[in-house]
Amino acid sequence: MSREQALVTTDWAEQHLDTPGLVFVEVDEDTTAYDGGHLPGAVRINWKTELQDAVRRDFVDRPGFEKLLSEKGISNDDTVVLYGGNNNWFAAYAYWYFKLYGHQAVKLIDGGRKRWELDGRPLVTEVPDRPETSYTAQEQDLAIRAFRDEVVAAIGTQNLIDVRSPDEFSGKLLAPAHLPQEAAQRGGHIPTALNVPWSKAANEDGTFKSDAELAELYAAVGLDDSKDTIAYCRIGERSSHSWFVLSELLGKKNVKNYDGSWTEYGSLIGVPVETGSGA
Amino acid sequence: MAPLTASSCAAPEQTVELPEGTNTTDQAVVQGRVLADAAPVGGAFVRLLDATGEFTAEVVSSPEGVFRFYTAPGTWTVRALSRAGSGQADLAVTTGVFEVDVPVAR
Repeated sequence: MSREQALVTTDWAEQHLDTPGLVFVEVDEDTTAYDGGHLPGAVRINWKTELQDAVRRDFVDRPGFEKLLSEKGISNDDTVVLYGGNNNWFAAYAYWYFKLYGHQAVKLIDGGRKRWELDGRPLVTEVPDRPETSYTAQEQDLAIRAFRDEVVAAIGTQNLIDVRSPDEFSGKLLAPAHLPQEAAQRGGHIPTALNVPWSKAANEDGTFKSDAELAELYAAVGLDDSKDTIAYCRIGERSSHSWFVLSELLGKKNVKNYDGSWTEYGSLIGVPVETGSGA
Repeated sequence: MAPLTASSCAAPEQTVELPEGTNTTDQAVVQGRVLADAAPVGGAFVRLLDATGEFTAEVVSSPEGVFRFYTAPGTWTVRALSRAGSGQADLAVTTGVFEVDVPVAR
């Protein structure tokens, strides 16, 4: 995978809005942002109600994903072009999620909604009417998804990358600072994890930094390319952003996203937790 | 303590009034408006940066230009990016509610 395959510019996106075979999909942290205006022709996927199981803490299962994409009018042959707000956190999460269920033709708009709005590009409120399809998903590709036991086993043996802010990493904050600081779990990080905040991979306008800058970012903290890598954050969306950088832009092998992330790990009994800067 | 939910990374609406029940004894609430020539700027991208300049959080300002962060005592920078330009403001906070306006200009 490479930048050319995985990423498109807002300019490219605007020029290709009407191209058959492309489906633009908005996935937002703020699930109401779509209602206020979205890219012409774009459909919405709600990460909370449509990608997560309503009862268990897990993703919708394979038949559920097939039903969702069929209803959205997305076929197996379509190229899905994702974008969203808040620096593409949830769009990157959806990108990883589409790959998890085997949809390979997927791209992310560099900078997402923020870059699009700062560019002053058109937003519309009309909701497109796409005919239903009969989508077939693959079994989950667990080569890109990490579970808690392998995370515990990775302590001291694999690259663990904590992509939260330094204050969350140290345990000073329990959540990103746009949210009230209330949570039941312990603060801190997984021992031996490197703290590379997701934001270091992005520019202020939400676009990704250059490949050279990104390669230097991870080299500088001592990421060992001979080892497998697991990225995590609080609920797995910011780490999808860093997974995208490592796997899709830099082409590193054997990179997994731990979607359980700190909300799971920081609530486990018996696992080691480290506080402080870790430096 | 509110129950832990996996959905709690969703951005809360940026309301003018502090949400009822907000805990102001354990955390620092940093709030204010984004202004361009004293006029509120809605839809601005507002970031909270820590004392080293590292990103901590981002919200989109309300139509009244209002933003709000929930954080810890310390020194912070609030930086705004919008079609009307960019700008930033620094502040030091303890626990409680702190107001800061962020002027933006091209």
